[in-house]
Amino acid sequence: MSYTIEGSTGPWEVVIGLEVHAQVTSMAKLFSGAATEFGAEPNSQVSFIDAGFPGMLPVINRECVAQAVRTGLGLNAQVNLWSRFDRKNYFYADLPQGYQISQYQYPVIGTGQIEIQLGDGSTKTIGITRLHLEQDAGKSLHDQHPSKSYIDLNRSGVALMEIVSEPDMRSPEEAGAYLTKLRQILRYLGTCDGNMEQGSLRADVNVSVRKAGEGFRTRCEVKNVNSIRFVMQAVEAEARRQVELWEAGEEVVQETRLFDTTRGVTRSMRSKEDAHDYRYFPDPDLPPLVLEQSWVDSLKAALPELPDARRARYVGDFGLTPYDAHVLTLEKETAAFYEAVAKGRDPKMAANWITGDFFAGLNRVGASIGSSPVSAEDLGALLDLISDNTLSGKLAKEVLEAMFETGKAPGLIVEERGLKQVTDTGAIEAVIDQVMAANAGKVEEYRSGKDKLFGFFVGQTMKAMQGKGNPALVNELLKKKLG
Amino acid sequence: MSLDTATVRRVASLARLRVEEADLPRLEAELNGILGWIEQLQAVDTQGVEPMAGGGAQALRMREDRVTDGGIQEQVLANAPDRAGAFFAVPKVVE
Repeated sequence: MSYTIEGSTGPWEVVIGLEVHAQVTSMAKLFSGAATEFGAEPNSQVSFIDAGFPGMLPVINRECVAQAVRTGLGLNAQVNLWSRFDRKNYFYADLPQGYQISQYQYPVIGTGQIEIQLGDGSTKTIGITRLHLEQDAGKSLHDQHPSKSYIDLNRSGVALMEIVSEPDMRSPEEAGAYLTKLRQILRYLGTCDGNMEQGSLRADVNVSVRKAGEGFRTRCEVKNVNSIRFVMQAVEAEARRQVELWEAGEEVVQETRLFDTTRGVTRSMRSKEDAHDYRYFPDPDLPPLVLEQSWVDSLKAALPELPDARRARYVGDFGLTPYDAHVLTLEKETAAFYEAVAKGRDPKMAANWITGDFFAGLNRVGASIGSSPVSAEDLGALLDLISDNTLSGKLAKEVLEAMFETGKAPGLIVEERGLKQVTDTGAIEAVIDQVMAANAGKVEEYRSGKDKLFGFFVGQTMKAMQGKGNPALVNELLKKKLG
Repeated sequence: MSLDTATVRRVASLARLRVEEADLPRLEAELNGILGWIEQLQAVDTQGVEPMAGGGAQALRMREDRVTDGGIQEQVLANAPDRAGAFFAVPKVVE
């Protein structure tokens, strides 16, 4: 079932393309030696180049170029060995140069594609148009003074990758899945930290609507959407607005809009009316960016395992379901945690415990995988206690809860709380004898053919043993005794 | 190619240059003169010549990814017409 918006004239298809700005992970800026660290004192990480002082010459940071190439390779894209920087001219208080050094005609990375995973288990290929390197602008604070804006240039000159998709998405879900996948690839590669709250990853969303079988209609660009959820909401809000316009006999005007997250609607950014005339021209300070194929090859050889390959490995080698493999590989920290737990143990059992009780425990205590009170080592030790019959599955769940509360190792909790599973057949048989003596009537009924009562005896025995009886042994011994 | 008055006015506005209406015809004539020179260059046969993206160097020199600059807050702010603490302060620019 494809996604449509139901208008008064029938269904409308939604066409979406994303431009994502990803802050490159590097120590220094794209063209200066100033630091990139987030949250520093205002204007303390600014060189004369970043502040647009006259007479300064930009020199490109090799690692920023390497990060762009790695990202291009991760997006299965063409790496252009010859590319060029252009000036994109516009005026804003946080752009001291009066232009942004960007790549317009000749980007460093050309066309590529990624596969996105959708909720119904299907996949879809989304085309990548290009990736180019450019400088970030500074940051304006408008709420500190009634008549002034405050400017911090720490971000000015930090390297960004602008990653442009083809208009291949057809629903809010697909747009969300694309951004999720892109963020995942960037984080696996280590080329962008993907932190949307800090603005390391921001999306401009291009939306248009059309009737089935039509060519593209006019699109609008919703700027600076800073979460995956908001991207999905912005797509829907903007598509609905456009459907209403077309159906009222009006035209959609190509323009830049903002998503108002509190009201859930988009509104026009009038100040950007003029802005599309950027008068690009080649930056006379910068000769072309020429890469050696051998350097690109060495970057390619050193790429880490990417999410698609890891997911395939979890399904192929570990026998996980595609869904579990997807969940466990979404964040590379989760994948690393999983592999630490699964190492030398049953990989399916490890997957079940992590996606089940462990994730539930994280949610309950409000922790992430990075801040988990239960380490991979301790969770592994818990699985070992199940495998060697010290704990039943049910007791293990209790121990895991206690591990989340106390942060203690499972062995210690088992000892302190006396939770060790009873595997001594003599002890179990003694309890079974008591249960049978106390329920002589039911024993008779069972023996005369009421098989269903078996569960009752298991329950009574386990109850009498405070749940500590080894379930397999209890079953086996009960069968023998009841005859 | 030649520019009309409206284009000159628009280019001036995009470049944030205040040009009086009376000066537009003179600027238009000067700019068209420059475009005329560029047009003369178009007469050169460039068949088979690779486009250049600059004069001297053939390719960008690259720097290593090390923090070697910044930490000069006072010098960066020294020329600012107005400041508030460590921020530049400018007339409010807001959507």
